[in-house]
Amino acid sequence: MKATDIGNPDYFHKVVDCQWACPSHTPVPEYIRLIAAGRYGDAYLVNWKSNVFPGILGRTCDRPCEPACRRSRVEDADAREPVAICRLKRVAADQKEDIRARLPQPAAQRNGKRVACVGAGPASLTVARDLAPLGYEVVVLDGEQRAGGMIRSQIPKFRLPEEVIDEEVGYVLDLGVEFRGGQYVSSLRALLAEGWDAVFVGCGAPRGRDLELPGRREAAAHIHVGIDWLASVSFGHVTRVGKRVIVLGGGNTAMDCCRSAKRLGGEDVKVIVRSGFEEMKASPWEKEDAMHEGIPILNFLVPKAFLHEGGKLTGMTFEKVQAVYDANGRRSLIPTGEPDQAFACDEVLVAVGQENAFPWIERDLGIEFDRWGMPKLDPKTLQSTLPRVFFGGDAALGPKNIIWAVAHGHDAAISIDRHCHGEDVAVRPPPGVNLVSQKMGIHEWSYDNEIALDRRYRVPWRDVNVALKSIKVEVELGFDAKTAFREAQRCLNCDVQTVFSAKLCIECDACVDICPMDCITFTHGGEEQDLRSRLRAPAANLAQALYLADGLKTGRVMVKDEDVCLHCGLCAERCPTGAWDMQKFALDVTHAGPGCRDRRAPVRKVA
Amino acid sequence: MTYLAKPRLHHPTLPKNRRGYTRRDYEGAISTLCAGCGHDSISAALIQACFELDVEPHRVAKLSGIGCSSKTPTYFLGNSHGFNSVHGRMPSVLTGANLANRDLLYLGVSGDGDSASIGLGQFAHCMRRGVNMVYIVENNGVYGLTKGQFSATADRGSKSKRGVVNTDAAIDMAQLALQLGASFVARSFSGDKEQLVPLIKAAIEHRGAAFIDVVSPCVAFNNHAGSTKSYDYVREHNEAVNRLDVMVPRAAISAQYPPGSVRAITLHDGSTMLLHKLAADYDPGDRIRAMNYLAERQAQGQVVTGLLYAEAEPEDLHASLNTVSGPLNALGERELCPGAAALEKFNASLR
Ligand SMILES: Cc1cc2nc3c(=O)[nH]c(=O)nc-3n(C[C@H](O)[C@H](O)[C@H](O)COP(=O)(O)OP(=O)(O)OC[C@H]3O[C@@H](n4cnc5c(N)ncnc54)[C@H](O)[C@@H]3O)c2cc1C
Ligand SMILES: Cc1ncc(C[n+]2csc(CCOP(=O)(O)OP(=O)(O)O)c2C)c(N)n1
Ligand code: SF4
Ligand code: SF4
Ligand code: SF4
Ligand SMILES: [Mg+2]
Repeated sequence: MKATDIGNPDYFHKVVDCQWACPSHTPVPEYIRLIAAGRYGDAYLVNWKSNVFPGILGRTCDRPCEPACRRSRVEDADAREPVAICRLKRVAADQKEDIRARLPQPAAQRNGKRVACVGAGPASLTVARDLAPLGYEVVVLDGEQRAGGMIRSQIPKFRLPEEVIDEEVGYVLDLGVEFRGGQYVSSLRALLAEGWDAVFVGCGAPRGRDLELPGRREAAAHIHVGIDWLASVSFGHVTRVGKRVIVLGGGNTAMDCCRSAKRLGGEDVKVIVRSGFEEMKASPWEKEDAMHEGIPILNFLVPKAFLHEGGKLTGMTFEKVQAVYDANGRRSLIPTGEPDQAFACDEVLVAVGQENAFPWIERDLGIEFDRWGMPKLDPKTLQSTLPRVFFGGDAALGPKNIIWAVAHGHDAAISIDRHCHGEDVAVRPPPGVNLVSQKMGIHEWSYDNEIALDRRYRVPWRDVNVALKSIKVEVELGFDAKTAFREAQRCLNCDVQTVFSAKLCIECDACVDICPMDCITFTHGGEEQDLRSRLRAPAANLAQALYLADGLKTGRVMVKDEDVCLHCGLCAERCPTGAWDMQKFALDVTHAGPGCRDRRAPVRKVA
Repeated sequence: MTYLAKPRLHHPTLPKNRRGYTRRDYEGAISTLCAGCGHDSISAALIQACFELDVEPHRVAKLSGIGCSSKTPTYFLGNSHGFNSVHGRMPSVLTGANLANRDLLYLGVSGDGDSASIGLGQFAHCMRRGVNMVYIVENNGVYGLTKGQFSATADRGSKSKRGVVNTDAAIDMAQLALQLGASFVARSFSGDKEQLVPLIKAAIEHRGAAFIDVVSPCVAFNNHAGSTKSYDYVREHNEAVNRLDVMVPRAAISAQYPPGSVRAITLHDGSTMLLHKLAADYDPGDRIRAMNYLAERQAQGQVVTGLLYAEAEPEDLHASLNTVSGPLNALGERELCPGAAALEKFNASLR
């Protein structure tokens, strides 16, 4: 195995598991430290720069960072849990002072370039946020009256209050972005004819899948497609539901449907799913929330027919199945042969998936689609086969989540910026990287290196009986400042990196002896696989890098397994020569603007 | 030194030994020695050895004198008994404790100042008597605690940090121990745990006076060019005569060695000590030749390390004195006060 190139910006970035896992690479430990210091406004702005919607995401994010979090690998086996990264983000948003004066101002001067964004969801709003302050004239068009996309139309208000959406969507529109509500774009040809320098398609994946089963047409009045029904609830068109409700599907939409139904008069609400409980698509916490509200989830039941009488829905029948795995571990659902099960109900909500649809995009514009009806895109630049048209969010990937939509927005904004400056969109400048020693004195560091042993704190919930009375009352209450501090202290500061300098090392073993996690080994070199087996503790987690340094006097190598390092800095405190240093890694993700372009500023020629 | 206590968290695969303890359970308080001190590595080696031998912490007594080295018992085996004695007096206290309770494992931890200067007499008699113990000298060639004066083990001609040359002859503690009759003598280096840990394990298994001289660089006062106890000097001049593997009875011996290069020695409790010869002509069973070998190599400027001498059937102080077979605190009133008739009989035997 060769010596690690720590100059590669990805190396230390990967060590910060949460930041690496976050699609928009939010500097998580940085904002968590700011929260611990009570600097909520600063913590908010660190987030805002990366993910645009801290208050919204702090309540709703799919949080890919949390399963990745190192904390969940270092705690005692009986209760290993990640830092509550997402809910700490909400603390920054809830507790911050007024930060409006610190946001960018609308551009004083326009740069003459015009960009149209179709759809006002998080993807388009991110494009607008990145481009408007640079002087672009950005116009966002949406068929709905108000901006926000599915954040506003789909996510129930008891999970995400309207004021939070208004505030954060407002921050974007206040940057001099023009929003045209109630303007459904029915022809891309017509839009392109208006001469935009670039068009961003952020129209989402708006079509909910239906279930064509016997009785569907006859009982249609009481059967609804989940996402359409949720939108009607959000906009106040639906305010009541029948007493007995069946929700079909096992994803997050199904969880939102059942919890909404429970608040609109549903007394007997149940979720019925084809698959088993574990394989359900919904996030574990969404399932937990639904069950906490007394909603049963029934598994291994495949819908067969809608039952009706005189045009009125009376119930549904289901076939009982079981999961059978073949030699390749592939699962199929096989009928058990037991008699079908029937459940009586007054209303059914169908939440069995979402699809993309681009009825408004003519197929002869030069935009190619693949055989699944999705636009052909360069995954990095999000550029379509028509160079000035870009896609992002659910429109690019199929239904995903807000944070991916934001990440796409940033990437598309860079592409649009380069495209509008006549530069190759495929060239992506690398991020800026900064490593700064945290040493302040012999054993003093500018970060808190003491390891808290606290277990993850639970976010308090509003009393179920109160919560279930209204569709708008927020269920989760958020951490108070004291609990937020304690939870923040669980973060290991994974961005404070252990940086090794072989030429200073005298191989005294002090770091090896003090390391609580047995991360460090001095040994003879070898192939990575072989090295992994003969370290002080086996390095079985292949997703985590080994940090190898050569150039030691004895000819051995230093190998550090990054996997479970606590970033406690004890190695550096014990090192007599300063061969270990704790250095804070800061990643400056390139956003649209001069920094992403080849020609930074007009260079004046000297005669 | 570090101010923070070592976090309780540990590697998820940290193994437990037969007693249900992890290696971490054998640690002590956080060390206050200088960062990089060889003594801390020796503490780590002791922790590893006790863990591997499934030692019960409450069956161990740690005794020491005065010095940085003598402070270290605080930093390992935090759940064992300890006695920090007067400068140079650890051997007497250990001897007394051992006579009172022969069932404990005695770890005597000392420095070159503590044992070769003020405590030289105590050291000598404790070895002569064959007290059953593990006696470790953490040898840095200086009085570390009092800011780096030459100790009696500093080599003639070696230089202090301030450039002063030592003119006195050096005492070689290993040679001295051999001469004084220690039944187990070894030398090692704090920077080589692969060698040191098995030696400590073998010394613990040995039932007699076991002595290990561990060269242990003092990073603050004796790790410069011109010192013969620095990391660099010891690495350059180290001549290991053998390597040990100590196998506890339940562990299968799986490693394969070329024939003739390995000697298996069975220890009193059924464990096996595998001795890999590195110097073909070296025999750790021959005290006289061992003494000659050490003297010869020392004259050539080499630091001989490894198992230097081990007696197969050692005899300890209790055997020589024919003491009772159990600890004194287990004796009942009847044994302690056998009555007037027994006293009369005993007095008569002395007349
Ligand atoms: C019920 C439900 C709950 C969800 N909960 C979460 C959650 O908790 N966390 C999470 O991260 N994600 C959640 N999601 C997913 C998330 O809402 C989406 O992934 C995200 O909003 C996608 O953003 P987007 O910008 O791509 O488009 P969208 O948010 O879908 O916005 C697209 C907008 O484009 C408009 N539009 C479409 N076509 C046109 C046209 N031709 N002309 C003009 N306007 C048009 C639409 O009206 C819409 O406003 C949920 C989704 C659903 C359905
Ligand atoms: C009776 C007595 N004399 C002198 C001292 C001063 N003193 C303290 S430690 C020490 C020498 C320790 O040297 P060593 O045993 O080599 O330990 P090191 O600190 O080098 O590990 C001396 C002379 C003392 N504490 N007590
Ligand atoms: S411990 Fe903190 S820095 Fe490390 S992965 Fe978790 S949240 Fe990120
Ligand atoms: S910071 Fe150093 S001592 Fe602490 S866990 Fe990581 S490698 Fe070990
Ligand atoms: S503590 Fe420092 S000098 Fe000692 S082995 Fe570790 S890195 Fe090298
Ligand atoms: Mg000394």
